[in-house]
Amino acid sequence: MKIVVLVKQVPDSGAERSLRADDNTVERASANNVINEMDEYAIEEALRIKEAQGGEVVILTMGPDRASESIRKALSMGPDAAVHVIDDALHGSCAVATSKVLAKAIETQNADLVLCGAESTDGRVQVMPHMLAERLGMPAVTGARKLTIDGSNLTAERQTEEGYEVVTAPTPAIVSVWDTINEPRYPSFKGIMAAKKKPVTTLSLADLGVEPNEVGFDGATSTVIEHGTRPPRQGGNTVADDGDGGTKLVEYLAGEKFV
Amino acid sequence: MAEVLVVVDATGGAPKKVSLELLTLARTLGEPAAVVFGDAAPLDAKLKEYGAAKVYVADAPDIEKYLVAPKATVLANLVRDKQPAAVLLPSTQEGKEIAGRLAVKLDNGLLVDAVDVAADGTATQTVFAGSTIVKSKVTKGIPLITIRPNSVTPTPADSPGAAAVESVAVELSDTDKLATVTDRVAEKKGSRPELTEASIVVAGGRGVGSAENFKLVEDMADLLGGAVGASRAATDSGFYPHQFQVGQTGKTVSPQLYIALGISGAIQHRAGMQTSKTIIAVNKDGEAPIFELADFGVVGDLFKVVPQAMEEIRKRK
Repeated sequence: MKIVVLVKQVPDSGAERSLRADDNTVERASANNVINEMDEYAIEEALRIKEAQGGEVVILTMGPDRASESIRKALSMGPDAAVHVIDDALHGSCAVATSKVLAKAIETQNADLVLCGAESTDGRVQVMPHMLAERLGMPAVTGARKLTIDGSNLTAERQTEEGYEVVTAPTPAIVSVWDTINEPRYPSFKGIMAAKKKPVTTLSLADLGVEPNEVGFDGATSTVIEHGTRPPRQGGNTVADDGDGGTKLVEYLAGEKFV
Repeated sequence: MAEVLVVVDATGGAPKKVSLELLTLARTLGEPAAVVFGDAAPLDAKLKEYGAAKVYVADAPDIEKYLVAPKATVLANLVRDKQPAAVLLPSTQEGKEIAGRLAVKLDNGLLVDAVDVAADGTATQTVFAGSTIVKSKVTKGIPLITIRPNSVTPTPADSPGAAAVESVAVELSDTDKLATVTDRVAEKKGSRPELTEASIVVAGGRGVGSAENFKLVEDMADLLGGAVGASRAATDSGFYPHQFQVGQTGKTVSPQLYIALGISGAIQHRAGMQTSKTIIAVNKDGEAPIFELADFGVVGDLFKVVPQAMEEIRKRK
């Protein structure tokens, strides 16, 4: 079984994040860039499937030069190899164009399974699995909290608004996972050392047969006109509970017409 | 006036609140046309009230049997056929996924999680935990936009829509029928409103201490007619099911009133709730960051403050 795991480098969601003043894209230069947290669960799930059934795990990342740090970090968890789609023309790409490039890159891998996190912490758009599925003619099962692979079929339990659904699909398939699916391992010292020697293939747009004007700002299907900072919320009145905190709380609610 | 397609989400034979919000918004962009998957008859009166001129109905077992793809295919055919001015969907996971497939099928731009759309199609979005406001536009194709629940006040139309029903053919390809839903299981929710749609959310965090103690959070929510939420610390500790998690790795909510009980207010939690209109916090730790955004805060033991508050609310009722 060959598993491709989509890994995105994102600015750390635990710190202040911003958009660039010049072109409204995500500020990455000054940010602490990390692996999108949810993707670590996808890597873990891929490694568990490989450990149980054999096969190969390949990391696939599209991103600028500095994304290679995240690729090495991902490899230190145990995957066998990585593919880095890198091209200056990709800067400013919209989701539709990104899916075009990623789909082409996935096609080079002949994967049985494509795994990714249920969402990225920067965009939180959640559309990539279905966009890729649409392009590749594969099934997409999103938000899995449990995944079983049986030969060329998979069964997933996926979270929904109301509870969960059980979904079956043939492979090759795309599955996105929530953080409830497993507990990702920490890279071992041995894993970190081994990651330095693992093969990382770089692919350009030319390698994938995509024209530069199909991606980036030129090929974008939507544009950010402007952005601004939302004034931070101002904390209001805070009282210490002197035995009447509950009453004071309700007085406030009543003043705001909630009770 | 050009048609604006609104994908309707329904539950228990009624349109969800977010669908009425979308119809209200659609009226400012053109003539609303509802798209219903399944039986539209029980929804007609509400769709009419909120100004739907047309109701497109796609009703076939395959739509519910397979994930997402059939709805996207039906919708793509409808867009090609009717040439609407815009398509609006709810910013739920499924709404976004349908929109994603539609964008690829039509090679059309897509904007998600909008909180407003201007008459010219410019969408307003809040990103990075609500700290940044973005104005954006689809530049290829028609505005294809998903709207976050609770962003628009649902208002009935001045004069009801004609709600003329038109049946839509469901013609699917083999690749639309790959992911089969074999079981749907509802988990505990009871009669409470849905978390992302609720006007009031009462949420508990690590400070609640245990799954049993979450009963207090539920009781407070029920007294106010609200939904129950939980911080990641609480769901990771197994106090409450994961689908009720509010924050960076869970739901984003924007209710009129958000009551945070025993939640410290880490940035990842704030990402999911800080666009709430009014925020109330109860926490033992007066230094907790949640107080920086609370409109009203009580520093104290939630197991004393909340029962007293509930008693006081009952007295006033």
